[in-house]
Amino acid sequence: MIKQWLGSPLARRVGTTTALAVLLMVMTGPSGSTSQPTAGFVQSFSERSSFFGLFVTQRWLVWAALALIVSALIRVAKWLKSDYAEMVAIPGRLARSAQAPFQTKKPVRFGTYGVLMIVAILLPVFVTDGFWQQSLVEQVAIFVLLALGLNVVVGFAGLLDLGFVAFYAIGAYATAWVTGALPAAAPFGVHLDPFWAIPIAIAIAMASGVLLGIPTLRLRGDYLAIVTLGFGEIVTIFLNNEYGITGGSTGSHQVPHFTFHVGPIKYAWGLGPVPYYYLTLGFVVLFLIIFSRLEHSRVGRSWTAIREDEVAAESIGINPLKYKVMAFAIGAASAGFAGVMTAAQTNFLSPQTFLLSFSINILVLVIFGGMGSIIGVVCGALLVQVVSTWMDHYTPFGFQSQDLYMYLGAILVAMMIFRPAGLIPARRRKREIAMSEAGEGHMDEMLTGDTP
Amino acid sequence: MASIFGFFVTHFGILRKEFWPLLVGGLSNGFIYAMVAIGYTMVYGVLRLINFAHSEIFMSGGFASFFLMRALIGSSAPGGVASVLLVIGGVLGGGLAGAFMAMVLERVAYRPLRRRHAPALAYLISAIGASYFMFNLAGKEFGRYNTSMAQPFVNHTIFTLFGAPVQMLSMIIALVGTVMLITLDRVVGSTKLGRSVRAVAQDAETASLMGVNIDRTIVIVFVLGGFMGGAAGFLYGLGFGINYTMGFTPALKAFTAAVLGGIGNLRGAAIGGLLLGVVESFSIAFVNGAYLDVVVFGLLIAVLLFRPTGILGERLGRSA
Amino acid sequence: MLKVDDAVVRYGAITALHGVSFEVNEGEIVTLLGANGAGKSTTLRMLSGLHAPTEGRITFNGEDITRVKAHSFSKLGISHVPEGRRIFPQMTVEENLEMGAFGRRGSYSDDIDRMYGIFPILKERRKQLGGNLSGGEQQMLAIGRALMARPTLLLLDEPSMGLAPMIVDTIFRIIGEIRDSGTTVLVVEQNAAQALRLADRGYVMENGVIAFSDEAENLLHDPRVRAVYLGESID
Repeated sequence: MIKQWLGSPLARRVGTTTALAVLLMVMTGPSGSTSQPTAGFVQSFSERSSFFGLFVTQRWLVWAALALIVSALIRVAKWLKSDYAEMVAIPGRLARSAQAPFQTKKPVRFGTYGVLMIVAILLPVFVTDGFWQQSLVEQVAIFVLLALGLNVVVGFAGLLDLGFVAFYAIGAYATAWVTGALPAAAPFGVHLDPFWAIPIAIAIAMASGVLLGIPTLRLRGDYLAIVTLGFGEIVTIFLNNEYGITGGSTGSHQVPHFTFHVGPIKYAWGLGPVPYYYLTLGFVVLFLIIFSRLEHSRVGRSWTAIREDEVAAESIGINPLKYKVMAFAIGAASAGFAGVMTAAQTNFLSPQTFLLSFSINILVLVIFGGMGSIIGVVCGALLVQVVSTWMDHYTPFGFQSQDLYMYLGAILVAMMIFRPAGLIPARRRKREIAMSEAGEGHMDEMLTGDTP
Repeated sequence: MASIFGFFVTHFGILRKEFWPLLVGGLSNGFIYAMVAIGYTMVYGVLRLINFAHSEIFMSGGFASFFLMRALIGSSAPGGVASVLLVIGGVLGGGLAGAFMAMVLERVAYRPLRRRHAPALAYLISAIGASYFMFNLAGKEFGRYNTSMAQPFVNHTIFTLFGAPVQMLSMIIALVGTVMLITLDRVVGSTKLGRSVRAVAQDAETASLMGVNIDRTIVIVFVLGGFMGGAAGFLYGLGFGINYTMGFTPALKAFTAAVLGGIGNLRGAAIGGLLLGVVESFSIAFVNGAYLDVVVFGLLIAVLLFRPTGILGERLGRSA
Repeated sequence: MLKVDDAVVRYGAITALHGVSFEVNEGEIVTLLGANGAGKSTTLRMLSGLHAPTEGRITFNGEDITRVKAHSFSKLGISHVPEGRRIFPQMTVEENLEMGAFGRRGSYSDDIDRMYGIFPILKERRKQLGGNLSGGEQQMLAIGRALMARPTLLLLDEPSMGLAPMIVDTIFRIIGEIRDSGTTVLVVEQNAAQALRLADRGYVMENGVIAFSDEAENLLHDPRVRAVYLGESID
């Protein structure tokens, strides 16, 4: 009798709901320590907490109430619609409707872009709070740039690059180098303006991307992930220890701001975040244009072909290595560029910024938004970065900033289980995933190799 | 030219003088790498994927045995039979925790993807996410700092090998490592359970036609690898203390070891682990300690580029 | 013994079987014929749980086995010799045979000796790796491996594929002997003439359905079969 019930679908559902609620409860609950290893778990249940200000009781009761309400809502919706499949499809449909303005006819599409552009331009007028203005540049705009760059590598070419942060670091340190902010002497003894660092940093980042890429991009996808991760670690170790060149663990505090001086026009960026916001926004728009042109170009089509079936692509005359290196270099270049922006804007460099976690953060933006979908990646980056900045700053529900990566990790797993193509899937990717799942060929053939 | 020559003369001089101590230290770490590498190799052999979250299984073993040791060991240093029992308890505790976490990992992060034949990229991303989730959760619950483990024995020098002191800890690591590696080799090589693992590694579909339950076999693989990894977490914790990020570097090195020995090959992983431990130890004679990891990553990249099938070749199939 | 009713199998958007019905009676040799892509192998894979039918029913000795998982089929008494033989390449011949008895309890050394009796060449090769055998030896090993489970129904997928005619004759002779020793056989073949000479009955598949069926003897003389599968023109 009991055994029968335990095997029933209802028991399964109760089990998974409970497990999920307990997990979320512990995740959002207080911390413990080695001396009190159970404190975090115990207090996650026993701590007093308010239920939307209605009543204050133990957390587990709050969560149980939440779980009941959510499952009741699902029940009611199911009963109303009597079609569970529809229910499940709602997030998908919402995403699709969010996507619709970008896929319809040209006037509508450009209208949407125009409206978004105006909103973006007017944003600093509405957002007057200093913290948010600062965050818009440091935590949002720069991350959008980075996510767009990684999207070329992961989304377009299907290569998992975990050393993305290395190129970002290379860009930032190259800026510090040419502006004379590092112990290493600036090239030719001239301290250049950070604007001049842009081509130099991009060139250096791109060159290191190509140098790393040519030997390693022949490898299977999962090896590539580890090798790039190792590369990232090597760069960090180097930055941390070469005091004479990089300033070691203290980094540099003297990177100058951008200045613009052509003929009579002279402008200097300073500490204020708004001018940087517009500068970064300009580059985001530039990147958007370049990358969406790229996606629909010969190169973009070659990436798709390689991603879907490397052998077939090769047989029609596409050189996979060439295009993979190209994607890798473009990704590296955009990360290097973002490095210049960061270095000049914050004036400050530290190896502590350039950790693997940073690459993972960018990866989350791409995966959450939708691999290969430019609009998805932008939306994903905006959403994740704004929410995480908000949580970090206001620490709602007892959120602790150190826990950020726990949530980001959970997002990666959850996305892969429930929505592998991301929030706003690229149409092509979505089809590939569906194909792969139906057993008709594989997405990322180069990754699967001889996978059964 | 002369200076390069001089460099090698000086450094090989250091290596010659410190050969035995470095060898002992390297082998001691090498056993830990070997035990962790087994987990990578077994999962790879059966699923053709790199279990990126294996580092967190190692970490789980470290934490579980840490709490176990603290609960069991009082203020006075244990000795004799008590020490032996405590070490066995630590290995079992760490191992079981690792096996359990591996099982959970497979269930949550991998099986749903397997059910819908997800592409390899998805597994990798899911595993990275799981890894980040797990070690940050551990950091949240158990603190984000390094803590040394209560010692189940007094770590004195028990004998000298050509002048190199060999400590109790190194001996225990070598002993536990040897016993576990040989046991696993036997289990996979000559039991029915092992045969099912090899069959799935060679041809999963045909194995299922023979009556092998693929899902169960995959769980077994995760459990065996998780047990080895968790036990290694205990041994590592004894020497270096425990920390929520303790898994990252040793696991990367163990992965290098697995590739070095030929990923998918059990004996290869063992040999690769020992070899890597020794190479890493010897490179102390040549580079600044901060660059040890660079040597290992460099080796990984070199192996992947020049001999991606490793020393013994990729095979979980061939008896071991 | 085995009855398939209106089975539909889909691979994603593609439907491989559009409602296949047939039966196999105890003690028979039944053959499934058809061109490449007609759905023969899919049918056989469905009968081993490798592809679950989305519609329809499979019964075996009166028991509904539609939803049974692949690894439980050998316990039911159904053994499958897969297309392309699929020997475990890194296991010895003997280990391969042992794998055949995996799903079964009890000792199997007698069965191994019996297999060596049927296929003496395997005894000579017992310590060699499966991957190093010739095609014919591999086919014998695959059949031996399947028989290790002591099946009541043996499914054979293209046993003659890629083998020299002389070896094909041997294999078909052995299939006949297997039936004579009490195991029912369902065989999928491209080599229609040889299969029909051996079989009691045959089904001809086209585009995922059974087009027609008859006694093997009649099929052998059926002009439709002769035209398409035996390479003769209709006069």
